[in-house]
Amino acid sequence: MGQAQTKTKSGARQLPYVVAITEGVREVLLEQDTAFVAGEDVGQAGSVYGYYRGLFAEFGADRIIDTPISEKGIVGLGVGAAATGLRPIIDIMFMDFLGECMDEVANQMAKMRFMFGGSATLPITVLTMAGAGANLAAQHSQSLEAWIAHLPGLKVVMPATPHDVKGCIIAAARDNNPVFVVMNKMSLGLMGDVPEGAYEVPIGVANVVRPGTDYTIVTLGRMLHEALKAAETLKGLGIDAEVIDARSVQPFDTNTVVNSVKKTHRALVVHEAVRFGGFGAEIAAQIQEHAFDYLDAPVGRVGAPFSPVPFSPALEKVYVPNADRIVAEARRLIGI
Amino acid sequence: MAKQPNNKVLLDMHQRMVRIRIFEEEAGKLMEAGKIPGALHLYVGQEAVASGVMVHLTSDDQITSTHRGHGHLIAKGGAFDRMFAELYGRATGYCKGKGGSMHICNMELGMLGANGIVGGGPPIAVGAAFSQKFRKTKNVAVAFFGDGASNEGSFHEAANMAALYKLPVVLVCENNGYGEYTPQRGHQAIVDVADRAAGYGMPGVVVDGMDVMAVYEAAGEAIQRARKGAGPTLLECKTYRFYDHVGIRGMGLTYRTDDEVREWQLRDPITLFEARLADQGILSKNKAAAVHEEVQQQVKAGIQFAEQSPFPDPASLLDDVYFTGA
Repeated sequence: MGQAQTKTKSGARQLPYVVAITEGVREVLLEQDTAFVAGEDVGQAGSVYGYYRGLFAEFGADRIIDTPISEKGIVGLGVGAAATGLRPIIDIMFMDFLGECMDEVANQMAKMRFMFGGSATLPITVLTMAGAGANLAAQHSQSLEAWIAHLPGLKVVMPATPHDVKGCIIAAARDNNPVFVVMNKMSLGLMGDVPEGAYEVPIGVANVVRPGTDYTIVTLGRMLHEALKAAETLKGLGIDAEVIDARSVQPFDTNTVVNSVKKTHRALVVHEAVRFGGFGAEIAAQIQEHAFDYLDAPVGRVGAPFSPVPFSPALEKVYVPNADRIVAEARRLIGI
Repeated sequence: MAKQPNNKVLLDMHQRMVRIRIFEEEAGKLMEAGKIPGALHLYVGQEAVASGVMVHLTSDDQITSTHRGHGHLIAKGGAFDRMFAELYGRATGYCKGKGGSMHICNMELGMLGANGIVGGGPPIAVGAAFSQKFRKTKNVAVAFFGDGASNEGSFHEAANMAALYKLPVVLVCENNGYGEYTPQRGHQAIVDVADRAAGYGMPGVVVDGMDVMAVYEAAGEAIQRARKGAGPTLLECKTYRFYDHVGIRGMGLTYRTDDEVREWQLRDPITLFEARLADQGILSKNKAAAVHEEVQQQVKAGIQFAEQSPFPDPASLLDDVYFTGA
């Protein structure tokens, strides 16, 4: 691809998240001749964040489709193309734009297979960008995974690392269901190990990133990295936290989380989305349903305050959850 | 000009129209009698549109439909038994009882579903047309939608993309004069929806939707144009819903006059076509009556099949939410 890549001592290849996205999509296009990408500025421009760069030159205008700014049309095109035998990769530039195509997502894509008694198959991958922290204000920063995780028929993954974003895209594209790959714009420059070639990160399987014995922290998306920082601070306080990256929101890997809580007896759920009514509420409910007798404290939740994402850096800084807030909430619930 | 149809095609169109009419009349009665659950949006009055378009299509051509979709599926070749079974919510229905009237479909026939969302179909039809172009076939997609749907953003986005990519799709607007209960003059400032075609750079054509021959000719041209790669057409068929938005009540409604209904009923598409076929010596009154009788028997058999079919097993509720096969 020509982008920066380095090798670690162990010989693993390090790539930024943004290039891992490109590699994932490229593997899919090489592997599936009915796959194509459609979205705003995905072609010549390579997308607003550059993650399709090089694909237009390699695969051409028949497979990398620049669209008008028409999210209903784009998603509808994906639904119609998938129902008739293609495997679309649909790009919704910012997750906030879901509002422009929610009928096509919620009433057509999610339900068609069920409504049609299983006679339609919709292998659609939707790539979309969430995340606050870039001073893009209220309409370009939201994490709206709860909207789509609530819709039977859709799958939703939130890869936090370069390794996982590539593997999630490939797994999504090989899945015969509509799968949303919710990426985070603040992670685009994040470096990490990315294997060569095609590999899958299985959908519906959480990843115990940091094993621990005293406290379970479950994260969605980019919050993994804040939780890992928080775990280091907690270690200094004598708390050995286990950090679990949910990776998949729908289906959600309840077993891995519950097994961890049975061991640690405490849990904290962390996501970037608004806390009230966020997906963390479902995770907390799952934990209390399946591990109530093991809990030594209420399940904690860290998320954004109940407000739109603010513009000013001074406000956004206090809006987006971070390691300090995770530590503070953990200490409050543990009582240290 | 499209090729003049031979007698076989004429009789085929007649048959399709009669099949829709009798199916809908009986389905409506069964709904009113409480035998068919939920709401039915009946296609009675609009038969010439579905029949005049569909006679040009094969099962490799796809269509999207509307909440008023039984007529489209019948004209596309839908079987009465599986259709009634679906309306009855039975396991033997086309959607295994999961969809009902508003989502009735048959993927093998290229009928990508009735749609409960006004304006839901056009973007999906554009996707199906994209699929045909991607795979370099000569097949087309047809989106049926109403005057009401022509005010939905989804229609406009789909029309723009269809023209931009020169997709093999025909956008068939069945202008029945009402968006649900609101007359056209109350929901848009134009008279001809086809005028909107100019805004997308595609031809817009208006035809008498009560005249199956007019629909046949205009649809034939539009479909031919799409098949040869010349892009989409917006075809507006002026038609009328003889019954209410839901159910079979046609007269005594608050939002339209009985005189208006009577006036349109004078131009009943089946009566008009049968008169023409009789004049031309193609189908006598007796033979037409025999067609009706035969279809009536088929409808009866379809209802019987549905009523004798089992309801879905409650254990099947969660089937087909996701694809779970290999």
